[in-house]
Amino acid sequence: MNTTKMDRNKGNEQQIQNKISVNDLNLFYGEKQALFSISIDIREKGVTALIGPSGCGKSTFLRTLNRMNDLIDGVKISGDIVIDNENIYRSNDVIKLRTKVGMVFQKPNLFPMSIYDNVAYGPRMQGIKSKKVLNQLVEDSLKSAAIWDEVKDRLKSSALGLSGGQQQRVCIARAIAMKPEVILMDEPTSALDPISTLKVEELIANMKKDYTIVIVTHNMQQAARVSDKTAFFLNGEIIEYANTETIFSMPKDQRTEDYVTGRFG
Amino acid sequence: MVVRENFENNLQELQNKMSEMNALTLEAFENAFTAFKTQDVELALRVIEEDNEIDVLETEINQFIVWLMVKEQPVARDLRRIIGALKISAEIERVADFAVNIAKSTIKIGKANSLIKGTKLEEMKIISMDMLQKAVSSFIDENILLAKEVGSLDDQVDDFYSENYKQLTMYLSSSAADTNQAVQLLFVNRYLERAADHITNIAESAAYLIKGEIYDLNT
Repeated sequence: MNTTKMDRNKGNEQQIQNKISVNDLNLFYGEKQALFSISIDIREKGVTALIGPSGCGKSTFLRTLNRMNDLIDGVKISGDIVIDNENIYRSNDVIKLRTKVGMVFQKPNLFPMSIYDNVAYGPRMQGIKSKKVLNQLVEDSLKSAAIWDEVKDRLKSSALGLSGGQQQRVCIARAIAMKPEVILMDEPTSALDPISTLKVEELIANMKKDYTIVIVTHNMQQAARVSDKTAFFLNGEIIEYANTETIFSMPKDQRTEDYVTGRFG
Repeated sequence: MVVRENFENNLQELQNKMSEMNALTLEAFENAFTAFKTQDVELALRVIEEDNEIDVLETEINQFIVWLMVKEQPVARDLRRIIGALKISAEIERVADFAVNIAKSTIKIGKANSLIKGTKLEEMKIISMDMLQKAVSSFIDENILLAKEVGSLDDQVDDFYSENYKQLTMYLSSSAADTNQAVQLLFVNRYLERAADHITNIAESAAYLIKGEIYDLNT
């Protein structure tokens, strides 16, 4: 009897580089441990999805990648997070880290200013003053975020006048304007309607050739559509981390199976 | 706690429909072969007529699966089960068509001095139906051993096929009188061999459900 296993991912495995390497990461909120010995390699220029039930630690983990948890009192962290050979918790330059590792949140959080000023905000803070440079940067960022055509004639009007879906894409443009290498997305479409959701997903698919994207999502079809690799979190641990195709067609762990098929609980 | 009770019930309903389709196909095949063996044209006509029921069931199963996919967006084992059901129902329908073909050969032979006794056609039929039972059970009960057994039974069917072929072609070259019947027997030999191949495909779908890997049991 012949058995053949299909493995479409073979062959291009060698070219994929890791951007982020996490080793034995533990995180405590005061006495309560929220992450248990997380070890994971995140590929460069690809999309990695983090899935799991509420409270499983996936957003907490996402926030460790640009040290957003530093802002919360009583957080203790042990273990290593290495981005491009640099241990991010051994360096004190958080500004540099957050320039390199951008973030997009669940709800669009634009500043109450014009579309142009929102996107130009970060670069201006970095000291860029040239109007010509800023114009180009704003245009490029909005184009990369697939929103340029919709806003190019109203750059000076308030960003808050845009629809939720448009605002979220301007948020992505604002993140892109900082020329990050990694973009963290925390449920970026959960507040959007289905069409806007698809537009953002389309955008993510296009962005992955230039950026390393890590996305937390509660929408499993979204994880299946946009990501290359998926990590399933449960009770602060990574239960299974594999190619997305494997997670959604033949997961190895029964707990992953129960979660993705909706039989959890 | 069963979170997706409604979906579980739907999957059970799908399984029941497949079992029903399988039972009807087994019955059609047994009737077709009895008609063939006893030269019972009436029974052969009934097999042809009743095939419609199996076709209707296949369509029902297909529509049900399309709706389940839209509504539940199945993944992992659920997805493999539903894809398996879709493929298997198509294979069972093909097997039922071979029962119809045997019935048609029966009508073409009509009344004649039966040559079946000298062949291994009945043995092939018995093994094929055993395979069908086992293949569908392996899918429903997720039993990989049954699926593998189907693969080895198919080898026996293939051996009988070659034996029958040699014997019938030899008969044809030595006796010109019964050409029509001998040719029909060669066709039936082929139908049985093809039916067993389709049944082996059912076992492959079962293996895919159980193991999540593509199996080739047809070699």
